[in-house]
Amino acid sequence: MSLMRFDRVALDRGARRLFENVSFTLDPGERLQVTGPNGAGKSSLIRLAAGLLREASGQIERGSLALADDHVAFDRELPLKRALGFWGGPVDEAMEALGIAHLANVPVRLLSSGQLKRATLARVAASGTKLWLLDEPLNALDSDGAERLSEAIDQHLSSGGAVLAASHQSIPGEWPKLGLGA
Amino acid sequence: MIGALILRDLRRGLTGAAWLPIAFFLLVATLVPFAIGPDANLLGRIGAGVLWIAALTAALLPVERLIESDRADGVLDQLLLYGVADETTAVAKIAAHWLSFGPLLFLAAFPAAALLGIDAAALKRLLLSIWIGTPGLAALAVAVAALTAELPRAGSIAGLLLLPIAVPLLIFAAAFCGDGSNQSMALEAAISILLLAGSPFVTAAAIRASRT
Repeated sequence: MSLMRFDRVALDRGARRLFENVSFTLDPGERLQVTGPNGAGKSSLIRLAAGLLREASGQIERGSLALADDHVAFDRELPLKRALGFWGGPVDEAMEALGIAHLANVPVRLLSSGQLKRATLARVAASGTKLWLLDEPLNALDSDGAERLSEAIDQHLSSGGAVLAASHQSIPGEWPKLGLGA
Repeated sequence: MIGALILRDLRRGLTGAAWLPIAFFLLVATLVPFAIGPDANLLGRIGAGVLWIAALTAALLPVERLIESDRADGVLDQLLLYGVADETTAVAKIAAHWLSFGPLLFLAAFPAAALLGIDAAALKRLLLSIWIGTPGLAALAVAVAALTAELPRAGSIAGLLLLPIAVPLLIFAAAFCGDGSNQSMALEAAISILLLAGSPFVTAAAIRASRT
């Protein structure tokens, strides 16, 4: 049972074809990194995988999934733990894993962009879904953050999950690549 | 999740400028006697209609933050991924918006009625018309907020979009306040229900169209 399957998928942005004939399968325990230059459609592919965009042609099969992208999606006035708690799941463990447990009572609006990135990754970790979609997960993360992310991903994969990440940087670990654009 | 969403939006509505629409409503009620003159008869006759105009514009005040901040922040996207349909999100937003101004407007109608010399019988009709009409008004405001999200100067465009559609509601609400006829009340209720029934679908379609 694969967690995500793209079958000859094409995506249009306006009148422009962003990519076509993209096919891949993600099974439990697998990871895949989407690479490509700026504007190649990495983020769009992630949003397409999440079901937030419509494919122009081809077929996509998806189960339950969680997405971490540049949108924070937390109440900025609330303390971090309550803001994360709105989305549910084992929030304490996830905050511990991403190294933001000490920020539990800090209002979201006071967090740095690196801390916000960790918080969005903690939401994904707490979501309990099998498939994680990560758009530029390393943006704004320091080396400690990148290490914790890598550990969280390894743990998720060993428990039968899968990760689809888009990044132009190299993510720690062995990642099969899916190249977009020339 | 819908309950949590309503509570969240209600908290955001009330901690924001919840008193602003109500203060605006009372401000209009205070200014009208100065502009029209202290003729109690005249004020009593036009009072309910004036208050309905004030209620309409008060409901429009927070329209810019009803949808746009959640769209820009990715909350609407995440809700969809967490299994909440856009239509459900819209229903929660309508409920929260109504809860943040409907009951307060109801309370504010008492001092406003006193300021305009509206008598007890007319006040009763005014209060009833507020209960019937404001849910439809909230539904309309949320739909318009979704349609104008992402646009520059959304507030003024929202006003142009909302006011003509709100006119039928205004006509029958004011008519019911004036003569107390059951037909006017039934028509006001019908329009309110129509807005409540249609708004979640319009809102959800607008949210979907804004995803890029």
